[in-house]
Amino acid sequence: MKLSAVSKAVALGLSLAWLAGCSSSGKTTDAGMGQNDNTTYGAGASNANGGVDASAIANIPSVFYFDFDSSEIKPEYRDALSTHAQYIRSNPSVHVRLEGNTDEWGTREYNMALGERRAKAVAAFLMDQGVSASNIETISYGEEKPANPASNKDAWAENRRVELKYQ
Amino acid sequence: MWKKLWLGLVALCFASMARAELTIEITKGMDNPTPIAVVPFQWQGQPLNDDIAQIVGADLQRSGQFNPLDRGKMLNWPHDQSQIFYRDWSILKQDYLVIGRLSQAGGQYHAEFELYDVLREQRVLSGQVNGGMNNLRDIAHYISDQIYEKLTGIRGAFSTRIAYVSAQQFGGGKGSYRMIVADADGARPRTILESGEPILSPAWSRDGKRLAYVSFETSRPAIYIQDLSTGQRQRLKSFPGLNGAPSWSPDGRKLALVLSKDGNPEIYTFDLQTLQLERMTNHFAIDTEPSWMPDGQSMIFTSDRGGQPQIYKMNVFTKDVQRLTFVGNYNAKGKLSADGRFLVTVHRESRGANFHVAVTDLQNGRVFSLTDTTLDESPSIAPNGTMVIYATKEGGRGVLSVVSMDGRFKYRLPDATGDVREPAWSPFLN
Repeated sequence: MKLSAVSKAVALGLSLAWLAGCSSSGKTTDAGMGQNDNTTYGAGASNANGGVDASAIANIPSVFYFDFDSSEIKPEYRDALSTHAQYIRSNPSVHVRLEGNTDEWGTREYNMALGERRAKAVAAFLMDQGVSASNIETISYGEEKPANPASNKDAWAENRRVELKYQ
Repeated sequence: MWKKLWLGLVALCFASMARAELTIEITKGMDNPTPIAVVPFQWQGQPLNDDIAQIVGADLQRSGQFNPLDRGKMLNWPHDQSQIFYRDWSILKQDYLVIGRLSQAGGQYHAEFELYDVLREQRVLSGQVNGGMNNLRDIAHYISDQIYEKLTGIRGAFSTRIAYVSAQQFGGGKGSYRMIVADADGARPRTILESGEPILSPAWSRDGKRLAYVSFETSRPAIYIQDLSTGQRQRLKSFPGLNGAPSWSPDGRKLALVLSKDGNPEIYTFDLQTLQLERMTNHFAIDTEPSWMPDGQSMIFTSDRGGQPQIYKMNVFTKDVQRLTFVGNYNAKGKLSADGRFLVTVHRESRGANFHVAVTDLQNGRVFSLTDTTLDESPSIAPNGTMVIYATKEGGRGVLSVVSMDGRFKYRLPDATGDVREPAWSPFLN
């Protein structure tokens, strides 16, 4: 469970590289299409070994919302995702499933592809933070599994999401 | 001819047949539909569940090209030529008259029908058809097909069927999903698959005997092929990532499909006999929704390689790609008419605008919208090219609508409880 200083540094470097690169990645986004989570998060509880235990991820978001037709991870989720990454690295037997979803705009198969892009964007973030690909599974449900089945702006914002699920 | 139909009827015999109340709601009418009187058929037995003349009249009405006379306005109900008084029908301003007789023998129905030109006072068509005891609707649709073809020169598509998905969403990502096959008029819906996980993208084989679709029942997407008469299912080998958007080749040998196993969504073909997979696209963009063209030489697909989803056409041998749509900032799920001239897409004019079903005339590039509701999607063209079925939202609920290829006539399919979507029109079945 113990991370060497070197791998920590590598992970930090990778995440910084990612942060630097991500502002130019992704597509243009719709402003004001809704944002659901305004909570702020801590870095998570570290245990004596420098690893992270389950309490660290107990109260941080595991659902990440996206702008319309965008697969760009919003800056406010980086802390939470980094904490998840730390937790997974500290617990290599953990398996995490990333479920990408979209709102109901656009065709269903195109949305399948868009949902996958979102799930893969989150997977790439975690891997940039040192999580092994073997700990991650991605799946897209497209628009088929809405969190909110209503047909309005709030519902669409709730449905454009990636759900991170520990298996 | 009716021997062939008889064989078709046997294949159509289903285990469960639900009766649906068929109130066709016409949401947009044509200017001058041809007046036609369909007289109740002669029948001397017990009252029947299905009324052939009523079904034929409704079929003709749903084409948009005919206006059947209310039977309450008829002055008499002739059953054979000697009982026809043409003057009665010309007073009622009818151009055509349909009469017929239904009888029963040896466990099956026998129907005879005749079509008359009221102005010229002559018979222009007569025919007969047999069917099993549960197949009065098939008999009626067959008669409609004959009448329609005689009067319009276009093959009738009333004996075809539709597949669609009915879903119930409970929120929180929970739902229930059913794949349903029904007659083209929405009657006799039959659930062929029920699941707590998503089902989508039904695609008919060209012989109408099998349906390919995507199901998440194993918690991962996979493509299945279901034989509609036996119910037997086959699951295609699935790969990590997307397994979706199946489309049959015209010869029924191959499926075009979408896999993302190599990183991002690409179109492949899968040979059902040799089990060989062939990669057709190679692009970092989303490539999806392949649809084989009738000649088998090319396919169209959706790609956002130009920044927004648009329709492209690919030669399946050279894999050369050419863009087909240039109007609007979103064109997806393209379907071509059998003659290859008209391209139907889910279309959005500009960012923030609604999604409509639109037709691009590939001869002159002209684009016109067929629909004006919100979230219109999943267009599928009738095999005779006259109508397009699509899904739309009404009061937050998915419903199925049908619009004529020129956009002048529109109706909503009746019944359809729940949230329905993803309609796919079958090919000709007889």
